[in-house]
Amino acid sequence: MSQRVGIIGFGQTYHRSRRDDVTGIELINEAVRSALEDAELTIKDIDAVVIGNMDHFEAVNYVDTWSVDGSGAWMKPLIKLTTGGTTGSTLGIAGYHHAASGLFDVVLVIGWEKNSESDTTGAIITCSDPIFDRFSFSGALPGLAVEASAYIKRYGITEEDAARVAVRDRTHGANNPYAQLQTPVTVEEVMKSPMLSWPIKLLDICPRSDGAAAVIFAGERKARQMCPQPAWVHSTAVRHSHAYFCDVNYEELHTLEGAVRELYDHVGIKEPLKELDVVELYQPYSFAGLKWIEAMGLCKPGESPRLIWDGATDMGGELPFNPSGGVICTNCIGATGLLRIGEAALQVMGRAAGRQVPDVNLALATGFGGAYWSDLMLLGRRPW
Amino acid sequence: MDKDELIHLHVDVDLPYRWAAGRYGSIMLKALRDEKKILGNCCPQCNKVYVPPRVVCGPCFVAPDEVVELSDTGTLAGYSVVNYPFIDPETGQKRPVPYTYAYIQLDGCDSYLSHLIDETDPARLSPGMRVKAVFRSDADRVGRLQDILHFKIIE
Amino acid sequence: MTDIAIVGAAQTPYQRCRDDANFAEMIYEVTCGALADAGLGISDIDNFITVSNDFWDGRTISSMAVQDACGSSFEGGRNVSTVEGDGTFGLLYGMMRILSGAYQTTLVVVHCKGSEGNMRQITNGMFDYIYTRPLGIEAIGAAALQARRYMDSYNITEEDFAHVSVKNRGNALRNPHAQLAAEMTVEEVMASKPIASPLKLHDLSPISDGAAAVILAHRNVADKLGRKPVWVKGIAHCSEAHFLGDRDLAEAPALRDASRRAYQMAGIKKPFAEIDVVELYDAFSYMEPLWLEELGFCPRGKGGELARLGATAFDGPVPVNPSGGVLSAHAVLVAGLARVIEAALQVRGEAGERQVEGPVEFALAHGINGPCGQSHCVVILGE
Repeated sequence: MSQRVGIIGFGQTYHRSRRDDVTGIELINEAVRSALEDAELTIKDIDAVVIGNMDHFEAVNYVDTWSVDGSGAWMKPLIKLTTGGTTGSTLGIAGYHHAASGLFDVVLVIGWEKNSESDTTGAIITCSDPIFDRFSFSGALPGLAVEASAYIKRYGITEEDAARVAVRDRTHGANNPYAQLQTPVTVEEVMKSPMLSWPIKLLDICPRSDGAAAVIFAGERKARQMCPQPAWVHSTAVRHSHAYFCDVNYEELHTLEGAVRELYDHVGIKEPLKELDVVELYQPYSFAGLKWIEAMGLCKPGESPRLIWDGATDMGGELPFNPSGGVICTNCIGATGLLRIGEAALQVMGRAAGRQVPDVNLALATGFGGAYWSDLMLLGRRPW
Repeated sequence: MDKDELIHLHVDVDLPYRWAAGRYGSIMLKALRDEKKILGNCCPQCNKVYVPPRVVCGPCFVAPDEVVELSDTGTLAGYSVVNYPFIDPETGQKRPVPYTYAYIQLDGCDSYLSHLIDETDPARLSPGMRVKAVFRSDADRVGRLQDILHFKIIE
Repeated sequence: MTDIAIVGAAQTPYQRCRDDANFAEMIYEVTCGALADAGLGISDIDNFITVSNDFWDGRTISSMAVQDACGSSFEGGRNVSTVEGDGTFGLLYGMMRILSGAYQTTLVVVHCKGSEGNMRQITNGMFDYIYTRPLGIEAIGAAALQARRYMDSYNITEEDFAHVSVKNRGNALRNPHAQLAAEMTVEEVMASKPIASPLKLHDLSPISDGAAAVILAHRNVADKLGRKPVWVKGIAHCSEAHFLGDRDLAEAPALRDASRRAYQMAGIKKPFAEIDVVELYDAFSYMEPLWLEELGFCPRGKGGELARLGATAFDGPVPVNPSGGVLSAHAVLVAGLARVIEAALQVRGEAGERQVEGPVEFALAHGINGPCGQSHCVVILGE
């Protein structure tokens, strides 16, 4: 029988640009042990394991079976999911359905990546269609640059507006001891950083990281037994469309608009800016922190710079974004979406320490990846 | 443990593939090779014209069975001058940079084609520019999208 | 017993190489087939699971190739997710998403083209890159180790394995989807080309291209459809250790564990007596008896007798792989979901020439992931 589900534990590694001191399996194990410790559980309490990453970043096939020693899935139900950048959010959503189905009570979800182990752009290129897209494709950046330039042209957005978003996340990242980048930057520094693909500069985009995240989901009865304040899953929504990169509409992020509409309708959110208390946005570059919050219905198209400059999305603002520092401070790709969910859960549980937003009732975590795909998970203090 | 020395292994994985273009992709690639023509296909429900031609119109979930000949000219919809080094998975070598990656909307088509522009000075590029396909010579066309060498700016 | 039913299914014929279709074209073919089989339209499906593998496809985010073709882009997009592993695991996750109350119907699609990549390098990639991969081990070499260990532990012979190949390739003669079908003798199998001792050519499954689709529905929907639903009575999965040296390859404790939980869910106490037909993941001939032991169809070490004495024959007491099994067509990932489809056809009584005799109350289907069947999924279907 279906059951309500809460997050009862979250663990992550200290994310770095490279971790030559551990293998992938050992990296996974760090996050798993941290999550078990956080939930005050042992591996015996875990009924099923869900794991994922992007195969070609480490060139390991069947990561689920390869990593059993690190994940703790020995003699346990084990499944692998992967959807590119959205892998982490896909995993979190799978953890929810595992427990919500009633087939399992306590589910360990692991996302990880060791981006240092391959040429990241070379690996990303292999996500394009081999016959029609791959020879010209050059990774994640050009698509984002096309999106940003179209957005700038349409609404008169400035590069400084975007820089202010990067400044926010880098400022927040200084509060997160797990973040890879913990030094704040200024608008001037972002503006002066090397231009990679106009209008995107080095400090506008995420780094690449080695890191892992683990989140423990539990069905209602166990969640109440095991955790004083679970982060309850209220709803999820996913849109993964398109077969070719050339099909993506770079003017609008339709996948996020569609997913947001489904999720808000499902839980009855009418004024997201007022009703949500914190957002962990999978924001791989600064311009997304403008355009995508419009797609989320926080303001009208073209009006996001006002919210950003007014500090509405800063710590202490009306709706803080990315208290963890977000993707701009840490991007271990297969873990990134799950970090959003884990960080959002910490906020609801009141356990986010130096990056805690006061009195969080509703926290939204998002995922982005694939051919401009969007995933959402809404967490709340009371069960849905 | 000696903290100073951590071993890592370097391996160049050579993983060959032979991908099928399928029925619809083959229609386009054969016309490109044999007739220097660019073909797409059209959804009978929403009338959207797609390139490359494909088995299904995603939003309508019907087969776009009508083959449409597209112009070899079009509009530059978006682009990036790529200037950072990376390993090309097709060759295992660094891909030569700079090069200009572009989304091109061919006249008569609703979707974009990903291709290259033979101009790498950002000051001489802007969205909306008119571009035209430059084909490889008859002897060099083998039935792949690179049978179009690149697009050139025509205004 | 669960509230989930299979209400539609389709699979491609399996071939060595399908140059006439790319991944999207194969998936569109089986999606349309499964919808037609269920009497549903794409608008009736509110959830999608695609199953694919980035190594086999030579593409990171391999699911991207089939998002339009499976219908998940329909009308602006529906909820979708992607499992990387055997198709049975995709079925399982699709079920969970209905059982959670989030969705009513789920289309599960899976594709693979063994013809497009290099099997040895791709399966070498599932082993540890520091200690094991450099030795050159891949799926066949690992299987040979397992076959040898199994033989040595229980005095099982290569002839015992040959009986399995003879049976399954013979069964495949009744299956129009099969790739390899032949009347052959134990002597012919024994005389076939040595590949990795003790395995010979006819102990191996072929390399295949193919795709399959299954539509799942909650009881609320399934009961209203015209077609007889096939119920998922039990399902469970489990993984054991990875390093081959950490395992006794003559055993499959993960399969033992998964099958006992699936039986409990289905209310099965004596599998040999209660299960009417079995579709197993027999990527190699030795796997069928080994898996049958762990599924509790015979005592440990006695698996070799089952095929030799005819217990698993098409007209035997428990027909195993009446479709010809994976030995007759092995599109990786697809093969497990193909087993589910074959089992469902048996329950429906629609398996054509390969329909086993008598009513099928319970049918078992099975899929594996990882080297030497490290991870298993067991599915029990019934009326």
